[in-house]
Amino acid sequence: MSVTRFTLCAAALLSAACSTPPSPLRIAAAADLRYALEDVVKTFHQQHGGVRIESTYGSSGMFYAQLVNHAPFDLYLSADVQYPRKLAEQGLTLPGSDFTYADGRIVLWTGNGSGVDVERLGMDALSLASVRHIAIANPAHAPYGRAAEAAIRSLGIYDAVKDKLVMGENISQTFQMAQSGAAEVGIVALSLAIAPGAAGQGHYWEVPRSAYPRIEQGGAILKWTKNPEAGQALRAFLLAPEGRAILKRYGFSGE
Amino acid sequence: MEWQALWLSLRLSCWTTLILLAIGLPAAHWLTFSPRRWKFLVEAVVALPLVLPPTVLGFYILLAIGPHSPAGRLYATLTGGMLPFSFQGLLVASVLYSLPFAVQPFASGFAAVDGRLIEASWCLGVSRTATFFRVIAPLSIPSIVTGMILSFAHTLGEFGVVLMVGGNLAGITRTVSISIFDDVQSLNYAAAMHTSLALLGISFVVLAATYGLRRRVWAAWPMN
Repeated sequence: MSVTRFTLCAAALLSAACSTPPSPLRIAAAADLRYALEDVVKTFHQQHGGVRIESTYGSSGMFYAQLVNHAPFDLYLSADVQYPRKLAEQGLTLPGSDFTYADGRIVLWTGNGSGVDVERLGMDALSLASVRHIAIANPAHAPYGRAAEAAIRSLGIYDAVKDKLVMGENISQTFQMAQSGAAEVGIVALSLAIAPGAAGQGHYWEVPRSAYPRIEQGGAILKWTKNPEAGQALRAFLLAPEGRAILKRYGFSGE
Repeated sequence: MEWQALWLSLRLSCWTTLILLAIGLPAAHWLTFSPRRWKFLVEAVVALPLVLPPTVLGFYILLAIGPHSPAGRLYATLTGGMLPFSFQGLLVASVLYSLPFAVQPFASGFAAVDGRLIEASWCLGVSRTATFFRVIAPLSIPSIVTGMILSFAHTLGEFGVVLMVGGNLAGITRTVSISIFDDVQSLNYAAAMHTSLALLGISFVVLAATYGLRRRVWAAWPMN
């Protein structure tokens, strides 16, 4: 009996060692994609099965610095188009694989306890005396921060509110500043405001898209991918109507 | 080069070290000499900032000193200002964050003082407070200096907590580590490297000077 069991175990071990599973598709994804991408991956799996997908979320700029040093990712989904383009210029991506998959949208968000009615006031909420801090992502490097600054400037209230601006390093940290109530209002990604974790905690008002330049989100497949077919398939899925519909549901807009 | 950020970090580190000296010494004294059985619980609480990820700690500090918290409201009524996104708020956060780096060396220094000397002092009619300043503290100088250096250095390199509580305001909460991170994120690698080198240089000089002053015999070469 024990001999049989031993043989079985050994056989199982051997077969596991011999048939190496296909390497997973590793995605380096911008933090604002956290919920949307999980849904995309789930639907993609139902249709294509097979390949395992592992997503890592973080700041696009950080991933860029890592990818320049050949971080072992297959697909890069940035919150910006500049980073994948720069990678392409350096010949670090599969030729012609860089693409734009969505546009980010920004909202004014405020917690339930703040007493600021952003839904009625819109951008005027920023000028309220009771709003002492406005959290935005750092315009120096975060695309959502650039959009927030542009929106404030386009309304001509930048000088009036610039001393209220506090800056987060990325859009999720900016959102946390508003969630904690330390900043009465945050200008954050729509995708975060409607994310499952934040629903019911506050109110938001979408900033008209004419008030800021497009927040194009781009991506690319890395040159050193061991799984180019799966990467191409997921890229195609993101660009197809079905993938776009999912992204739209999570607060991104596409063409 | 971000001289403003560097200067801000140095100011923050100095203030944090001074405050930690003021609250760390009595705290360490209590932890070392208190007969309470439950003091191990307090020791554990003091050491907690070592365990929590700085951004998590920062987020909870932000909640704790924000306008919705009792502490935040008290501060607002007392001063009319708000702690988050201010230098004072950073100071509160830094003191909490560096607490174990001051208290633990202090406490281990106190524990190493010969108990007979302390008791002799008491027997000679010297009060507990005077015994602390005339016997315990002088014999623990190396540990106290170590605690101060560690607090200073830890605050100088602080990143995650400042990121959450500060809000990256130039001259108020943009410390040198934030400014270096900003430069890296904006792909200004050269600027980041210059500021990093300046930070490294200043830190080395400060640390070397403090360790140098701690030597009993000051000499470049061993004299015996």
